[in-house]
Amino acid sequence: MTTETGIGASVRRKEDKRFIIGKGRYLDDITKPGQTYGYFIRSPYAHAKINSIDTSEALKAPGIVDILTGPDMEADGIGPIICGWGITSKDGTPHKAPAHPALAVSHVKYVGHQVALVVAETLQQARDAAELVEIDYEELPHVIEVGDALASDAPQIHDDIPGNLSFDWEIGDRAAAEQAIASAHHVTRMDLRNNRLIPNAMEPRAALGEYDAGTDEITLYTTSQNPHVHRLVLSAFNAVAPEHKLRVIAPDVGGGFGSKIFIYSEETVCAWATKKLDRPIKWTADRSESFLSDAHGRDHETHAEMAFDADGKILGFKVSTKANVGCYLSTFASAVPTYLYGTLLNGQYTMPAIYCEVQAGFTNTAPVDAYRGAGRPEATYVVERMIEIGAREMGIDPGEIRKRNFIPPDAYPYETPVIMAYDSGNYALAMDKAQAAIDYSGFEARKAESAQRGKLRGIGYSAFIEACGIAPSAAVGSLGAGVGLWESAQVRFNPTGSVTVFTGSHSHGQGHETTFAQIVSDQLGVPIDQVEISHGDTGKVPFGMGTYGSRSLAVGGSAIMKAIDKVVEKSKKIAAHTLEASVEDIEHSGGVFSVAGTDKKMTMAEIAFSAYVPHNYPADVEPGMDETAFYDPLNFTFPAGTHIAEVEIDPETGTTEILDWVAVDDFGNVINPMIVEGQVHGGLAQGIGQALLENCVYDKESGQLLTGSYMDYCMPRADDLPTFRVETINTPCTTNPLGVKGCGEAGAISAPAALMNAITNALGKEIDMPATPEKVWRAAQGL
Amino acid sequence: MPTVSMTVNGKQVSADVSSNTLLVTFIRENLKLTGTHVGCDTSQCGACVVHVNGNSAKSCTMLAVQAEGAEITTIEGLAKGNDLHPMQKSFQENHGLQCGFCTTGMIMSAVDLVNKSDKLDDASIREGLEGNICRCTGYQNIVKSIQAAAKEMEA
Ligand code: FES
Ligand code: FES
Repeated sequence: MTTETGIGASVRRKEDKRFIIGKGRYLDDITKPGQTYGYFIRSPYAHAKINSIDTSEALKAPGIVDILTGPDMEADGIGPIICGWGITSKDGTPHKAPAHPALAVSHVKYVGHQVALVVAETLQQARDAAELVEIDYEELPHVIEVGDALASDAPQIHDDIPGNLSFDWEIGDRAAAEQAIASAHHVTRMDLRNNRLIPNAMEPRAALGEYDAGTDEITLYTTSQNPHVHRLVLSAFNAVAPEHKLRVIAPDVGGGFGSKIFIYSEETVCAWATKKLDRPIKWTADRSESFLSDAHGRDHETHAEMAFDADGKILGFKVSTKANVGCYLSTFASAVPTYLYGTLLNGQYTMPAIYCEVQAGFTNTAPVDAYRGAGRPEATYVVERMIEIGAREMGIDPGEIRKRNFIPPDAYPYETPVIMAYDSGNYALAMDKAQAAIDYSGFEARKAESAQRGKLRGIGYSAFIEACGIAPSAAVGSLGAGVGLWESAQVRFNPTGSVTVFTGSHSHGQGHETTFAQIVSDQLGVPIDQVEISHGDTGKVPFGMGTYGSRSLAVGGSAIMKAIDKVVEKSKKIAAHTLEASVEDIEHSGGVFSVAGTDKKMTMAEIAFSAYVPHNYPADVEPGMDETAFYDPLNFTFPAGTHIAEVEIDPETGTTEILDWVAVDDFGNVINPMIVEGQVHGGLAQGIGQALLENCVYDKESGQLLTGSYMDYCMPRADDLPTFRVETINTPCTTNPLGVKGCGEAGAISAPAALMNAITNALGKEIDMPATPEKVWRAAQGL
Repeated sequence: MPTVSMTVNGKQVSADVSSNTLLVTFIRENLKLTGTHVGCDTSQCGACVVHVNGNSAKSCTMLAVQAEGAEITTIEGLAKGNDLHPMQKSFQENHGLQCGFCTTGMIMSAVDLVNKSDKLDDASIREGLEGNICRCTGYQNIVKSIQAAAKEMEA
């Protein structure tokens, strides 16, 4: 039964109050006594040798505290920035990753590369002093596009990495896929480009280091999605401080979308420098720095071949991708175009044979890593564009061809040829509902009506699947992950009956403070306003793995369920003792513990009080009510759904209007439908942004970032987007106690394919993302 | 350093600032009113919107000295004591925010938008939000929040 604040209710968010009154506490809102300001000097060149850095004039500037460089860090034994996922190439060799010092030592490899930290009493003084630092650079040849970087005549970016190749990876059965293609009735062949994006969380990245010489402890406030991972890496690899002497706090964080997972140079430098200078140091990126130095997303060049029989059944699928990883391997950069990409190429379909190979190339651009969806949007784009084009080429309806290929609902668990085991799903149901909602059968009439007005109308599908809830630690360990991907939760009752839940997940907009509280309130009968969710501080919460990959509810929420189980188990013993019954006779429901067949009962609050004031208490039970659980998932979860987009193009102006958007998603059980719907909206906006507006462009000649501000990088604004119609179906996940699958990335994964299928349907012609008015106009005019 | 004086959220304030100090810096650093945010350096995102003499303004686009003598309202001054402004309530009621970073500027822009228009439909609200970027919500629930608040504010 759904109560007003329990599982399944659209509870208004508990966290909103502080944000709507301007009392959110983001990093730049924090100021420490004696605080200094850091300003990073960055490379103006795409590739250059540093001959010398002269700080003598700058060190005389007013307010200057110090200027720190790469050699200073090396001298202090600070280790380089690492990549946390090892990929093995086809030939059995490990991926190649260049040493990545947090401040450049001898070379700069991209525009925006961190060269020195200027520390001063005010930000203006730091900026002014930076102007006085003389750096002698010697420019070297650079390369921007991954295709060019992997060509035989490309400039060499790292001395020890021949051909700029980090790895050449494969998955699936090459011979079987090629055999299927060779003997198929029809083969669809396409080159597809997944455009490079810049994540653009609205709060820029920032870091504030504070050193306590009395305790020798460093506190690092940083804009992180996973503060414990930051602490672990900064201790174990960068040697900034031992783990027990480093506290990492991610306060209110203004959006992440992946870009705040990674351990960046700037926070590493601030954590080290605060101790060196024994002063608090704050650095906040301005937006230009964010554009230059946040990890970018996507950037794939792909050739794909899909083989069909005469009925449109898929026989085989072969995909070759070149992935641009930027100039260094960022924290999870190697996992994104491999295990988060190749493993999802099966889509929602029965595909007898799949083969995928990925070459990852270094370029003189910012590092590329996970951005909302991370590999899965790229996979969905390839699968859903290929099947749509296959349908067009074979004259089969695009909805019908998908239905012919869907994995049937009775085939679970379903093992794909690319190592995933889907636990549950009902793909045809989602498609039926989406077709009904958009009135698919009425499309031809609507198209004719548009044509009368001189407009081109198009409709496009995306039947996406993603792997979320990452991930079983043993499985990802065998695939190269350097960490486990479980989650922690601590459910701590206070003597008066209120609860604080400490979670290793981190909310930066997802609404955990509400969703997680709903779970506790629902299961233990505690009024929701007496449940506090605490996250983001390694000094408070148990070691946790953080939030990304739509994992918080499936993994972090499941950890809370496990801790609740322990609370219930202990409470039963206390109730049995107090009520003079045997433990086996105690029944629990929603925080009420009763003796079966009697009216004797105790509430959770009474039991919690008894646990802290154990005057009449079972001898073999510890006092207190404070239970911790760690949950390691059994499998990924597999959210899936069908999205249909309908567009109208004005061939005279090239503008695309999105007339309708229907999203039917299967997220398993839903805890808070309002929050889920909001997550879908946000994901769709980013996916539509990719397909229609956003594009990260570096100038090939100069290596400069051309789209380095909101005047050049086109962010989706309110009047670029339609009103979405969002529905869910609920096939419970079978592998976690909540039956949930995850919803944070679905929109971003699904939208680009749906929209490009609709636009190319209207145009009757292929174009690449983003479908800018100019490109659309050229295509419409036959230019 | 010039001295500036203005009224912020009903309180008279004055301080010595350098002539190139932005209004947003003055609000955040001098007055410690950190609900006004900075999301860009090109006057494009609207995270910094406050009201200057009753009109919404991007406080990153003004110098503090240009606000000499002005009446400023920031997000902290929008509620009447514990009584939230209908726009604030509506954002919570309609899930018009996720990470909350754009929200304060969004609310300040939205209040001005509703104050200045007679009839607001979906399209005119979306057009009115041209100067505010939100990366989280896809705007749908922001539009809904503003529609609901507009009804409330008319009543
Ligand atoms: S900070 Fe003022 S518009 Fe972005
Ligand atoms: S709520 Fe995060 S940017 Fe708008």
